[in-house]
Amino acid sequence: MSSVLPVATETAPRRNPAWRKLLRWEVLLALVVLADFLFNARISKYFLDPWTLSDASFNFTERAIVALPMALLIIAGEIDISVGSTMALCSVVMGEVAAAGHGTPLVVLTGIVIGFLAGCFNAVLVTFFRVPSIVATIGTLSLYRGIAYAIVGDGVLKAYKPNFAYFGQGYVVGPISFELVLFGGLAILFAVLLHGTIIGRRIFAIGANPIASRVAGIRVDQYKFWIFATLGLFAGLASVLLTSRLGSTRPSIAMGWELDIITMVILGGISIDGGQGSIMGVVLAALLIGLVTFGLSLLNVPGIVLSIVTGGLLIAVVALSSVLGYSGRRRSR
Amino acid sequence: MRETHSARVGLGTRIGRLPHVVGLGLLTLLLLAAVSFAFPPFLEVDNVKSLLDDTALLIMLAVGEMFVLLTRSVDLSVAANAALTGMVVALFNAAHPGAGMLPVIVIAIVMGAVLGAFNGILVWKLRIPSIVVTLGTLSAYRGLVYIVSGGAWVNSGQMSPMFLGLVRVPILGVSVLSWIGFLVAVAAFLFLRFSVSGRNLYAAGNNPNAAAYAGIDVGRMQFLAFVLSGAIAGLAGYLWVARFAVAYTDVASGFELQVIAACVIGGVSITGGVGGVVGVVLGGLFLGIIKNALPVVGISPFWQMAVSGLVITVAVVLNAGARRHEGRRILEESEAGA
Repeated sequence: MSSVLPVATETAPRRNPAWRKLLRWEVLLALVVLADFLFNARISKYFLDPWTLSDASFNFTERAIVALPMALLIIAGEIDISVGSTMALCSVVMGEVAAAGHGTPLVVLTGIVIGFLAGCFNAVLVTFFRVPSIVATIGTLSLYRGIAYAIVGDGVLKAYKPNFAYFGQGYVVGPISFELVLFGGLAILFAVLLHGTIIGRRIFAIGANPIASRVAGIRVDQYKFWIFATLGLFAGLASVLLTSRLGSTRPSIAMGWELDIITMVILGGISIDGGQGSIMGVVLAALLIGLVTFGLSLLNVPGIVLSIVTGGLLIAVVALSSVLGYSGRRRSR
Repeated sequence: MRETHSARVGLGTRIGRLPHVVGLGLLTLLLLAAVSFAFPPFLEVDNVKSLLDDTALLIMLAVGEMFVLLTRSVDLSVAANAALTGMVVALFNAAHPGAGMLPVIVIAIVMGAVLGAFNGILVWKLRIPSIVVTLGTLSAYRGLVYIVSGGAWVNSGQMSPMFLGLVRVPILGVSVLSWIGFLVAVAAFLFLRFSVSGRNLYAAGNNPNAAAYAGIDVGRMQFLAFVLSGAIAGLAGYLWVARFAVAYTDVASGFELQVIAACVIGGVSITGGVGGVVGVVLGGLFLGIIKNALPVVGISPFWQMAVSGLVITVAVVLNAGARRHEGRRILEESEAGA
């Protein structure tokens, strides 16, 4: 790989279309996933056990469920770094509702509604007050996490009813967890929404060129509003799953998850400049991160070192795509 | 909703008619006056000194971040860079307490600059968006702190008295740490105002296409900004470890967001080309005063994060409102997207 630099202009090196298709981002990711799968199977004879694989899935499903709407948001040209804090806020409020003696349905509903409202608040800041989304959500990142700490302090909330445990610990059939089924269903839903409906086309259009989209009659702000709100709602949903799996709430729950989630999305080939990407890529990236971190923890690598791997993976894969001349990745910001 | 909105915009535009730094300066003074009127102990010498020391670190990092933001990039790795560099110099000092302070400071600055250059080279040569690069290095540098230290803490007992004492030496009643923060700000001001490279940083971020036609290598300017940001973060890493007399994996964890918040409150545009050192210093002071005032005012530690989050959110909304009416929105956006 000599110095073939993809330039911002359209005169990127032309390649044979078949060759290009073979090198599609998703194919590349799938190969890396496969390689890591084989690697994991080699380093541990227990890896191929269905229950081990099931355990491995818990490594990424909650984050991946948030990554789906995050992908939509980034495609639309915005970003939300407050999702981890939103999850903490939802979890804390759920914990308080449970502590007040309410049953599981109300607890779950509260979590999702609080997430939705937090997403709406971000949406108002961005679409109504015109605050750049990265700046607005830096503010709400502290705000939501701060409210979570203000409510609980250094305490723990764990008055959840036993049936609440199903969401994060239950299995649908055999070793196939509820979380995995939910993620699979949502991934298909998002893939259809993004790639098969006019809503999806418009989201791509908004990210590619917001001004042209507005001139073309797309209600850009309305779309952005609802994507932010949906993302908040899904953060609430993920918070239900995570809280249910852990069985307790501390205000530090899901700390730093926003970075993991955004890493999944970017690794999945979604352009940070908006307008490009696919749900398939995000699903593969989620699988990849889940498998890599799980494989390394089989080798007893501590969690903090895994963050080097995640960070390194992000840079290496994106750098590789840049060197190989993927036109998909444009420059700036 | 409508009414509160128009009231907000009204306040925003009124502030907006003044230069941003004047408005922010007045606001900061007002804040300081209000806090010290209600709680005179806030102005006690020890408290002011500690305020300055805390704020000096924030201001230094924010000045470095500003270089990067000016070129339409963002550096999320500054805090991780500071943690890694701080750990390395602490380990170096623990291993060679007799080596004196010069190597420590040189290592801090050079290593910080190298870590920054790594970000910069990826942005410049591989044209990877900076947010992606620094999201990656944020995790990677933080993980490296754990690897170099083996997860152990370096405590004050392992550091030489000089290593710990240097930042505390008072000059004219103010600590060396505060002086370094001040000098970094002054140097950055002079660099941006009077040097060709400094002016080019603005040009590269304000309108990259025009800058390229004017013969400015935009990528190289971004690289330069990352190196400067990294060097400052490295220096701040040593100062941080020395001030708090401990080095561990989670030093300054999440601080990058406060750094960016200080820049934004200080009037630096996230879309590049706009901002100055004076604003950033005021933005840092504003946040620093709030952070130091909350315990004095008697707000429980658990509420402090919520309050400072609220303040940051309101401040950025006011900033956005102030800038909204400068032109028709469509022009603003087309410029931002150019």
